[in-house]
Amino acid sequence: MLDARPAGPPDGTPLLQTVGLTKRFGNFVAVNAVDLELHASRIHALLGENGAGKSTMVKMMYGLLAPSDGELRFAGRSVELANPAEARALGVGMVFQHFSLFESLTVAENVALGLDGKEPFAQLTARLAEVSRTYGLPLEPSREVWRLSIGERQRIEIVRALLQNPKLLILDEPTAVLTPQEADQLFVTLERLRGEGRAILYISHKLDEVKRLCDMATVLRGGRKVATCDPRQETAASLATMMVGAAVKELRHASVAKRGVPRLFVEHLTLPPDDPHGVALDDVTLEVCGGEIVGIAGVAGNGQDELFAALSGERLATGEARIAIDGEPAGQLSITARRRLGAAFVPEERLGHATAPRFKLSDNALVSGHAASGMTLYGFILPAAMLAVVDKATEAFDVRKAKRDPEAVSLSGGNLQKFVVGREILREPGVLVVSQPTWGVDAGAAATIRQALIDLAGRGSAVLVISQDLDELEEIADRICVMFHGRLTKPRDAHTTDRSTIGLMMGGVDVPEQEAAHANRP
Amino acid sequence: MQIALERRPERSNTLAVLSPLLAVVLTLVTGACLFALLGKNPVTALTVYFLDPLTDAYSLQEIVVKATPLVLIAVGLSLCYLANAWNIGAEGQFLMGAVAGTWVEVSTHGSDAGAWVLPAMLVVGALAGAAYALIPAVLKVRYGASEILTSLMLVYVADLFLDYLVRGPWRDPQGFNFPTTAEFDPVATMPLLIEGSRVHLGAVIALVVVVVTWITLRRSLKGFEIRLVGAAPRAARFAGFDSDKLILFTFAVSGALAGLAGIIEVAGPVGHLQPNISPGYGFTAIIVAFLGRLNPIGILIAGLFLALTFIGGEGAQITLKVPLDLTKVFQGILLFYVLACDSLVVYRVRLIRTHRKAAAHGIA
Repeated sequence: MLDARPAGPPDGTPLLQTVGLTKRFGNFVAVNAVDLELHASRIHALLGENGAGKSTMVKMMYGLLAPSDGELRFAGRSVELANPAEARALGVGMVFQHFSLFESLTVAENVALGLDGKEPFAQLTARLAEVSRTYGLPLEPSREVWRLSIGERQRIEIVRALLQNPKLLILDEPTAVLTPQEADQLFVTLERLRGEGRAILYISHKLDEVKRLCDMATVLRGGRKVATCDPRQETAASLATMMVGAAVKELRHASVAKRGVPRLFVEHLTLPPDDPHGVALDDVTLEVCGGEIVGIAGVAGNGQDELFAALSGERLATGEARIAIDGEPAGQLSITARRRLGAAFVPEERLGHATAPRFKLSDNALVSGHAASGMTLYGFILPAAMLAVVDKATEAFDVRKAKRDPEAVSLSGGNLQKFVVGREILREPGVLVVSQPTWGVDAGAAATIRQALIDLAGRGSAVLVISQDLDELEEIADRICVMFHGRLTKPRDAHTTDRSTIGLMMGGVDVPEQEAAHANRP
Repeated sequence: MQIALERRPERSNTLAVLSPLLAVVLTLVTGACLFALLGKNPVTALTVYFLDPLTDAYSLQEIVVKATPLVLIAVGLSLCYLANAWNIGAEGQFLMGAVAGTWVEVSTHGSDAGAWVLPAMLVVGALAGAAYALIPAVLKVRYGASEILTSLMLVYVADLFLDYLVRGPWRDPQGFNFPTTAEFDPVATMPLLIEGSRVHLGAVIALVVVVVTWITLRRSLKGFEIRLVGAAPRAARFAGFDSDKLILFTFAVSGALAGLAGIIEVAGPVGHLQPNISPGYGFTAIIVAFLGRLNPIGILIAGLFLALTFIGGEGAQITLKVPLDLTKVFQGILLFYVLACDSLVVYRVRLIRTHRKAAAHGIA
C-alpha cells in the first residue's frame, strides 16, 4: 500500500501519514513510534503537555529534523524530507509559535524574505494583498512590522504560508498570543481553509478551542500516542486526563480571601520606553492589597514589560511617579533594595532574564537571593545556603532534573519555571510581581504554580500577576485590570466581569462599568 | 555530508580542560609544517623552540621572569573578558604604570630616601595603570564608544609619551645620549629571589594575585557579579548588578595590574626606563588569558607556556637563524586555535548526511 501511487490521493488515503515515526536524541526518545493520519478538509488537533513531543513531531513533518525511525508518507508515497524547502515543495506550510520577523522591515519585505521563489516583488505584494483580503486576514503590505500588534504579526506568518498554497497547514499554538476576539477571527479563517479542502494540524493545549474547532485529536504523552479521538465527543476534563495521565487537580482557593491593607502602591507612573520599539507607560495607578491577587490582562507588547521593569526597579521611576512597597517609598530604590523591603519578582523570560542559562541552579538561586536570603557573608558566597534553596524549591515544587544542581538551560520549561517561582515564594515575599507565570508550561506545572500563588496570597501577601492568558487570570485573580497602549484600566472584580468585556478592553475598547456596586477603590 | 556544530545540553567539563591542550597540539603541528616549508627539520626546530629552554637552569629562570608580567596582566584582563568588557590596551596601561612608577624614582634619585621608595613606586604605578584604563571605560559607559578601539589607540599614546620622557626630561646626562633614564637606585629596585639570577619578588606578587583572584571569582559576590554580567546581562540586571559600574571596576583592576606589571618590569629586570621595555607583553597577555580559559590557575600555566615561546624564539633565532618574528606567528596561531577549540566546550561537531547542500531553515 505504500508504493508509487498517483499524486492525487483517492478518497480515504491520508494526505500525510506517519508510520511508527520515532525521534531519539541520544538515549532520550522524544517521539516514540507515533502513527498519525491527516486528511484533507479536516482540522486535526495535536494535544499534549510541554515536552510530550508535539514540537519534535511537527519538526519532522516540516523537514527540520530527520526521523530516527519510521516513515512519513505524503499522499501515500513514502518521502524523506531533507529540509523545510522540500516540505514546502510538497505542500506543507507551517506557522511557528515564535515569529521570525524583522521588526524594521515591512510586511511585504518580511514575506518575500521567507519565500524560496524568485517572484518579482511587485507581483508578490499584489498577491499578498489578495490573499489577505480573500481569507479575512487584513494586512497593509507596506507597514513596518514593529508597528503591528501580535495578532497582525501572526497574520503575516499565516499569509506567508498561504501564499505557497499549502495542502497541509501546521499551526503551533496559534492562539497563545491572541485576544479572544482575535482568536475567533482566526477560527473563521481556519474553517474557511478547511472548506477549501486543506488539511490543518492544530497544536494546542487549550482544550476548549480544540473541542470547538477540531474534527480529530491525537493526544501525545511522553512521546507516545495515547489516543486518537473525536474531541467533540470528549469533555475538557477527559481530554486533560489523557494529556496528563492523571486527573488534573482543581485549584483550592483560600477560604477567606479577605483583602487586607495595601502592600504595593503605584501612582502616576509615567515612563518613556527605553528602546525605540517599546511602549511608554502612561499614568499607571494601581494598588494591590495583602491577601489578594490582582491580574493584569492585555495583549503582549502593550507596556507589560515596561511596567514590570518599573515595578521591579530594573528601571527607576521618574517625575511625579510614586511607588511604595509596604508603605515605604520605593520608586528610586534599586531592585536589590526593593527585595530587602520584602518584594519578589518573576520576569516573563525564564532563560536569560530570571536565570543565567549556563549557570547552575545554585548560582541562579543567588541571582535574586543575594539581596536578602543569608546566602552571603562579608561579601563571600555560601554555597551550602545556595544549594539549600535549590533543594527546598525542588521539594516544595516538584522540580524534576537529572542531578542535584544542573545548569538552568538543561531543565524543561515547566521545571525551570517551577524553580524560578519557587525560589521567590520560598522567601515568603510580602509583595510578589510575576509576569506570565505559566507561559509555555505544562498543565501539571501550571497548576502547581497557580496554587502556590493563591496560597501565598492566602498567607497575606499581595500578588500581582501580569498575564496574557485570560483563563489563568479568571482562575486565580480577585481583581483584573487591562493594559492597553501603556495605560492601565481601573481594576474590576474578576468574578463578576465577563470574558468578552475583558476581551474588548484588551482591544482598546472602553467598556463602561455597568454596576457601580462592583467598582473597587481606584 | 555536512559538518554542523550542535549545542551540547550542558557544557563539557572534560573539553574545558582539553581544549587548550588541543590548541597547543594543533599549534605544534602547524608550526612543524611551517618549519618544513622554511626548509628546517621540524623535529629539530620544535625541540629548540619548546624543549631546549626547559633543560638548563638559566632558561628556566628566564621563563619565570618573562611569565611574571604576562600572568599579572592576563589575570586582570580575564576579569574584563569575563564581564564582557574588552580591554585591548593593557600594553598602554603597562607602559603608563612604568612611567608613573619611574616618576617616583626620578624624583628621589640620588637622595637618601628610605625603603619606602619601591612600595611607593608600585602603588603609583598601579594607580596610573588604573587611571589610564579608566579612560576607555568612562568613554564606553558615558558615550558608548567602543572600548576595543579606544583602549587600543591609547597604547600608542602611552608609547610615545614614554619615548618623549626618556629622550627629553628624564634622559640620563651620563647616558651617552641613549634614550634612557639613569639606573635605578638600589632602594628602587625589585629584590631578587635567587642571588645571581634575574628572578625577583614580582614572581611572588604574581602568585599572590593569582590566588586572590581565584578566591574572589570562586567565592565572592563580586566574582559572581563579574561572571553573571558577562554571561547573562539581563539576568545580571535582574540580580541588581550595575553593568556600567562593573565595566569601570574591571577596567580599573586590570589597568592596575598591568601598571603594576609595568613598574615591576622596569624596577626589576630592566633597571631603568627606556623605550622597548616590553616585547608586547600587553598583547601576548590577551593570548595568555584565553589560553588559560580566563581562569587564574589556567592563566598561570598559560603564562609560563607563552614565556617559553619567547625564550625558545630567542634560542631559535641563534641556532636556526629564523627571524624572531616567528615567535609572534606562533602566538597568533595559538590564539586562533584556542578560540576555535573553545567552541567545542559548548558545541559538538556532527556529520550530517544530506541529499544536497541545503541551508537549514533558520527557525528551530
